[in-house]
Amino acid sequence: MEHIRMPKVENVRLVDRSSSRRIKVGTLYLTATHTIFVGKGSEDRCELWVLHSLVCNVVKHKASQSGYPLLIHCKNFQVMQFIISQESDCHNVYISLSRLSRPEKYEELYCFSFNPNVDKAEREHSWDFLDLKAEYSRMGLPNKLWHVTPINREYRVCDTYPADLFVPQSVTLPVIIGSSKFRSRGRFPTLSYYCKENHATICRSSQPLSGFSARCLEDEQMLQAIMKSNPGSRFMYVVDTRPKLNAMANRAAGKGYENEDNYCNIKFQFIGIENIHVMRNSQQKLIEVSALRSPSMGEFLMGLENSDWLRHIKSIMEAGIFISKAVAEEGVNVLVHCSDGWDRTAQVCSVASVLLDPYYRTLKGLMVLIEKDWVSFGHKFSHRCGHLDGEAKEVSPVIDQFLDCLWQLMEQFPCYFEYNEKFLINIHNHIYSCHYGNFICNSQKERKDLCIKEKTHSIWPHLWENKLDFMNPLFKPDQSQNQGLLRPRTAPYCFKYWRRLYNRFDRELHPRQSELDCLMTVKEETQQLEEDLALCEQKLAVLDKERAKTLYMQKGVLESKQALWSLPLDTSLANTPQDYIGGFIGGAPNLCLFGDKPKSSDADNSDQESGVADFSSHSSGEESLPSEDSVKDPDSDETGPNRA
Amino acid sequence: MEFAELIKTPRVDGVVLHRPFMPTVEGTLCLTGHHLILSSRQDTTEELWLLHANIDSTEKRFVGSLGTIIVKCKDLRVIQLDIPGMEECLNIASSIEALSTLDSVSLMYPFFYRPLFEVIEDGWQSFVPEESFKDLESMTDEWRLSEVNKDFSLCPSYPSLLTVPKDIDDESLCKAASFRHGGRFPVLSYYHKKNAMVMMRAAQPLTGTNGRRCKEDEKLINATLCAGKRGYIIDTRTIAVAQQAKARGGGFEQEANYPQWRRIHKAIERSNVLQDSLIKLVEACNDQSHSMDRWLSKLEASNWQSNVKEILTTACLAAQCIDREGASVLVHGTEGTDSTLQVTSLAQIILDPACRTIRGFEALIEREWLQAGHPFQQRCAQSAYSNGKPRSEAPVFLLFLDCVWQILRQFPCSFQFNENLLIMLFEHAYASQFGTFLGNCVAERGKLQLSQKTVSLWSWVNRPQELERFLNPLYEPNNLVIWPSVAPQSLLLWEGVFLRWNRSTKCLDEAYQEMVHIIEYNKELQNKVNSLRRQLAQLETEDKMVADLK
Repeated sequence: MEHIRMPKVENVRLVDRSSSRRIKVGTLYLTATHTIFVGKGSEDRCELWVLHSLVCNVVKHKASQSGYPLLIHCKNFQVMQFIISQESDCHNVYISLSRLSRPEKYEELYCFSFNPNVDKAEREHSWDFLDLKAEYSRMGLPNKLWHVTPINREYRVCDTYPADLFVPQSVTLPVIIGSSKFRSRGRFPTLSYYCKENHATICRSSQPLSGFSARCLEDEQMLQAIMKSNPGSRFMYVVDTRPKLNAMANRAAGKGYENEDNYCNIKFQFIGIENIHVMRNSQQKLIEVSALRSPSMGEFLMGLENSDWLRHIKSIMEAGIFISKAVAEEGVNVLVHCSDGWDRTAQVCSVASVLLDPYYRTLKGLMVLIEKDWVSFGHKFSHRCGHLDGEAKEVSPVIDQFLDCLWQLMEQFPCYFEYNEKFLINIHNHIYSCHYGNFICNSQKERKDLCIKEKTHSIWPHLWENKLDFMNPLFKPDQSQNQGLLRPRTAPYCFKYWRRLYNRFDRELHPRQSELDCLMTVKEETQQLEEDLALCEQKLAVLDKERAKTLYMQKGVLESKQALWSLPLDTSLANTPQDYIGGFIGGAPNLCLFGDKPKSSDADNSDQESGVADFSSHSSGEESLPSEDSVKDPDSDETGPNRA
Repeated sequence: MEFAELIKTPRVDGVVLHRPFMPTVEGTLCLTGHHLILSSRQDTTEELWLLHANIDSTEKRFVGSLGTIIVKCKDLRVIQLDIPGMEECLNIASSIEALSTLDSVSLMYPFFYRPLFEVIEDGWQSFVPEESFKDLESMTDEWRLSEVNKDFSLCPSYPSLLTVPKDIDDESLCKAASFRHGGRFPVLSYYHKKNAMVMMRAAQPLTGTNGRRCKEDEKLINATLCAGKRGYIIDTRTIAVAQQAKARGGGFEQEANYPQWRRIHKAIERSNVLQDSLIKLVEACNDQSHSMDRWLSKLEASNWQSNVKEILTTACLAAQCIDREGASVLVHGTEGTDSTLQVTSLAQIILDPACRTIRGFEALIEREWLQAGHPFQQRCAQSAYSNGKPRSEAPVFLLFLDCVWQILRQFPCSFQFNENLLIMLFEHAYASQFGTFLGNCVAERGKLQLSQKTVSLWSWVNRPQELERFLNPLYEPNNLVIWPSVAPQSLLLWEGVFLRWNRSTKCLDEAYQEMVHIIEYNKELQNKVNSLRRQLAQLETEDKMVADLK
């Protein structure tokens, strides 16, 4: 609380970014965990809650006539603009928020103070919702080829790896230790995915410390053992997901990549995914493009191109496709690594797994996959998401790219995913929100040391409870099963800009009626009808038999002819035109079109448009706040406007 | 002329057909007067029937004695035919070339086509101006149907019957016509029932450099304003282009002479620019390189999406003036037959729920495009693969369909029809067995006697068997005005047309089928439950009567 210089500011204006003429006046509160804006007025009373941990940066803008603008960018791509009338108030809010959004200690994070009304047992139970042991046994492990090694139980061999790791049965402890010493951060080759049908596996590690010529017998034995663990294959792939140049540069630092001559029967392959710094810059450019206010088509497409974002998504997807094909079609083991093996490696392994295994295309399966390939294998969430104040260069949207790849796949295969894009967006939000403990810290060991399980709650049961919102109505489980390997197309036009994520809070940019929501409503209704039908049939049977005299008639909730999905989901929006006159706005906002005398026409040269006010300023007061669907109640979080 | 003269080789065996995402077919190639047919003579494989009129351009290649003809179609499909024998190949190629570029309209396939179905409702009679005027009359008595253009002499591109303000006599119309490009004086396009505002369309006024004016023209459009009200003139050209038009005798309405009107200029491109845009877009879509940068920069450079955005924005603006500002609107560009029609027809889709039904959409196309004199034959003579010098080809109608598709995407439940209808219209505008899109205006169609000699597209589309394919399962009538988003993020590439032949639609078809299934199953259950409820209620009353009797 000591960081809050100013707990409350009155007469703050919240500017709707889609139209600067829509302004709400209200009070801004700063609490220990949230920034809260409460709009004045009984009719359009609105509340906007934003977690401090979601705040990415706070910027003061040049003073305008109306006051001192404060721009808040969030990690979930929400952008808010407040205008504060007093400069000192603005400055105080700015200083407070700048500090609050950059916690220095883990204990300051929201998950440690978040206290939903559940008892201790229930909280502990929430952490048992996912069980990685069960996941490995679903894959068919342990078996006679692979077993769990106890070597990392105390995190002594590798402090960024999980305690339980699968290695080939034939590998001895000295081999593991030797191999781990030859790999960056001790991240020796270990199993990520096992394909029951043909025994092919995806293994992961970090780069070898090969320098220009170093070799390590144990590491070579390790790879040999992995290759032999797949009886059907005579070689294995080693996939280095970095661009060749980067990998070569690493040799000078005593790191590098496997020399095909030193390892028996490996096929070595570079894939060329850029590093975290390139990705961070790329996303920054993408965010700038997405946040442009009424850009032209050219500006948008050029910006999209210049950001290179889709090119990177494509390269990750292609890497995933390469690996999934090697496993499913060639039946060959693949070892994947990058530098440290916790960024690109996590992306590529998890994309390949989704392509390979329909289970990961289910709700539960995706949770498990994230828990396994990302959380347990030490993706550095705290660094990459910038949970704590620290090195800006460590921040990178590595997991955003994984979610983006999933979305691209869902676009190509609309019937093969049990979840919908809201699920991905929700997960994205919670990765950054620090609302739950799952994505705190950089490794399993750190989480254990911090007692995350004892002090915070797990996100997964919470998402599971809300699973109705996350179901894809078009999902056809049988087909997804039978499809086997997904073979996405990778022509450039198959990769698209994910509007629902990057413009998540710009409601006016999204379709005014959503096919997804309609179908979900219909499905729900169908379920109700099925129950009604059963009930009616039952009653009829009773009647037929006994000709009972009185009958309870169920109220016809569904008798109404009006289909539930027919109404635009957002009538106010559907019925509000946007700013179609674009570049011509300039005059006073509420200028009535013909209220003023027409300017004396100085012949034909007068360009009349400048006098035309923006039409949308006349639209009725139905418009709503830009971010109605942001967290209203810190407890209920994120289910979108359709909940209401 | 006999087609036989043009067909040098009517038949070649052992031809192999390659199409993307489809298995190759080997069979016999036959050329008829209007079709290229490839048949494998096996019952299992489908035959290819391609209208010569659908062929945009061809290329030939030879490897030894094996010739290859690449056929590029107006519907953007590209197929490859491997023809054994150099002479056969050359003959086939030159025959196709000749048959696909016939100059005379009366040799076109619609004049030879005999429907295999029974025409129940003659599409030529489905949408007559008298009928739509009756609808108008039921709402207002401010308008009349004028026969001033009965013999098409006043305005050759207008129909014979035109809706004009009641108080303006034919003599004034003649004078106004002489003041507008091509005689296209302002006529009613749409009447907004909700607030009695109207949308009119015209061609540019012929003010010229000396600022000519025409009292009758001013009176004509002022007659559409209520007392004390003002209106908007939406000029689809930029102010610069409109200024330049003056030098060629055209121009725009000067404020001094039209004090009750406020003019807004937009920037919809002229047709030759649009054609270039289409060619570039299709080239980008067919680019075989796998480079993301190249794709996005080519897409951007084509400007196609920008054109979509500009047209849609202008239409939204017109709709907004009418519905939100309560003002009447006059739309024009230069000739009033291209961008003007894009704007007036899209504005109606936004404003008028009736235009979002199949029937209403057909009526809209008939009214705002065919009868309004969009020169279909000129504009659709060639498509994206034309390599000759463009004459007056332009994808004006295709852009309109693209904009409709954008609105449909944003309001997936508000249209009775689906994407298939739009794609079908695109195909038939460029090559068809039906006469609907032949000719450039009503007068030409009359001379060609299309309604007697050809079948109307609507006669076919409106058969229940065909309609089914075009129905949107999610449709529920929505009486609201629908305001689409025109932000670049919201406008998508119309893959159904531009990537249609470059992708497998298996997964998308599957999704569509699933959607249909979900909705049909729901309806089926609803019916079952309702009938059971009725049954129950009936039994209940019967029992009650029995009880009462006792």
